[in-house]
Amino acid sequence: MNAAIEFRTVARVFGDLRAVDDVSFAIEPGEFFAMLGPSGSGKTTCLRMIAGFDAPSSGQVLLDGEDVTHVPPFDRNVNTVFQDYALFPHMTVLENVAYGPRVRGVSLEARTQQAREMLELVQLGMHGERRPAQLSGGQRQRVALARALINHPKVLLLDEPLGALDLKLREEMQIELKSLQKKLGITFVYVTHDQGEALSMADRVAVFNRGRIEQLAAPRELYSRPATAFVARFVGSANVADATLAARLAGADARPFAIRAENVAVQAENAGAPADSVCAPGSVLAVQFHGAASRWQVRLDAGEVWSALVTEEETRRLTGLGVGARVQLCWPRAAAVPLSTGGAA
Amino acid sequence: MRTLSTFFWRRPYWYLALLLVPPLLWFGTVYLGSLLALLWQSFYSIDDFTAQVVREPTLATYRQLVTQPANVDVVVRTATMAIAVTLACAIIALPIATYMARYAHGRVKAFFYVGVMLPMWTSYLVKVYAWRQLLAKEGIIAWFFSKLGLAGVLDAALAMPAIGGPSLSSSYLGMFLVFVYMWLPFMILPMAAALERVPASLLQASADLGARPAQTFRNVVLPLAVPGIAAGSVFTFSLTLGDYIIPSVVGAPGYFIGMMVYVQQGTAGNIPLAAAFSVVPIVLIFVYLSIARRFGAFDAL
Repeated sequence: MNAAIEFRTVARVFGDLRAVDDVSFAIEPGEFFAMLGPSGSGKTTCLRMIAGFDAPSSGQVLLDGEDVTHVPPFDRNVNTVFQDYALFPHMTVLENVAYGPRVRGVSLEARTQQAREMLELVQLGMHGERRPAQLSGGQRQRVALARALINHPKVLLLDEPLGALDLKLREEMQIELKSLQKKLGITFVYVTHDQGEALSMADRVAVFNRGRIEQLAAPRELYSRPATAFVARFVGSANVADATLAARLAGADARPFAIRAENVAVQAENAGAPADSVCAPGSVLAVQFHGAASRWQVRLDAGEVWSALVTEEETRRLTGLGVGARVQLCWPRAAAVPLSTGGAA
Repeated sequence: MRTLSTFFWRRPYWYLALLLVPPLLWFGTVYLGSLLALLWQSFYSIDDFTAQVVREPTLATYRQLVTQPANVDVVVRTATMAIAVTLACAIIALPIATYMARYAHGRVKAFFYVGVMLPMWTSYLVKVYAWRQLLAKEGIIAWFFSKLGLAGVLDAALAMPAIGGPSLSSSYLGMFLVFVYMWLPFMILPMAAALERVPASLLQASADLGARPAQTFRNVVLPLAVPGIAAGSVFTFSLTLGDYIIPSVVGAPGYFIGMMVYVQQGTAGNIPLAAAFSVVPIVLIFVYLSIARRFGAFDAL
């Protein structure tokens, strides 16, 4: 079986900037694939090259085993949900959804029928006669989805589709998108800078940084075994010890490692180290309340600012230790994840 | 100073009144007032023997306007020219405006905007007289055609009935060229402004859904450019309807509405008929706008 999408050493160069730098990966049919990274990391450029809005400077893009590197967007069986939804303001919702069949020569009657079915699928059956401007953000999002799905694409591309929605709606849409993808069985490629979104929905996540993929793995693996300092920081908001810091904290020949904030405990400076743990002294910079837990920011004497996620129960035990107090951070040796590269991010 | 600022801050209506009253007074008295006075004049008539204006409301002047074939000819001639000029401007402006709004960047874009506006910085009269020289029988355009071996084409164009004539500078064809040149910027700029507002993602979405470039142009670009085309065409249409200098300097001797107004209020001293003639463009623009509205030109606004 062919990969739904395959990149073979694809590069995209803008002047001096290598926006995408020899990237290779394959996406399986039916997979929910997320491309995660900060802005300017090359993820959106990759999406545009799958859609056909942009062409690689070198390398090949394959869809279902077929080389489409120079095939224009209107000849690709791929559809896109745009970040700004890109609904046609001069058409009704129904006309927007029926646009794909219309430009492919489907009769008015047949395409209206198809468009109504798609609108039912996204629970907007009642709003067909409205203009996009009369809909809420969440409703526009659904129209964009219906419009992209009506052509029965093999691959659906989603470019930060939930970015403009508020938190509650975003969480609802995450669940809906995931179940829609399961129901339709088509490949989703989802671009986002929100690691929570990528981790909660995707089967696999490609983490982009500076035009390259830092790590491509399932969400759990990405979170528990980040390969690089960048992934550790960006995906897990983990504390990272580069080679120098690792040597100071854990001995001369220690490799760079990452340790997630929830594995770090805060103790009074004079308390003894627990068994099989490493401790580092420092002073408290800030304590941020997050509900079930608090994030303690501590400046280590070794230099870096690290954070520890402390449950409310623990925090109550630490009364008397506030901003400016001397503490030590302790973590079990086994929880430290070795990294392949140093602290460079 | 401080108390004055506080006074206006706490009473926004006073502030608005301060801003709006002077321009509204100006607009109301000088602009609308004179227009209404003009309209009122058109309901007077002129005594044929004494050549005095009879100050009694009557429709006689309008009757004269619509029944005398010579007057109807002037209106039809002017309206036909205005429609032809508007169509030509729209057709020429669309690709230029599309390029300026969608493809040009940085210096190229600035160059195009300045290039479009540059002719408007010179005197209108200078341009009209320059065009008369260019279009003359021994002028540079005729010379250029003969150098290219295309003198026959020019002669054939000038041999056409109604629009032809002895030379470009004394034919409706030449007058049409000058009108198109003069009003083209007024079509390009609103059209480019309308196209600038179309997000690139709409065009990508259209292609993404399977539309070929021609379909995207027809289904997305053109409908969204229509408000700009409508605005531009109101300019080109009304400017052509009202102009009296171009028809008197370039082209065939037939009268245009603007020239009629000039002649009637000046040499002929028939103010009511001049006023009635100047109402014609206003009516035509209203007709044009209601047709454009009927076709949904302003739906996207």
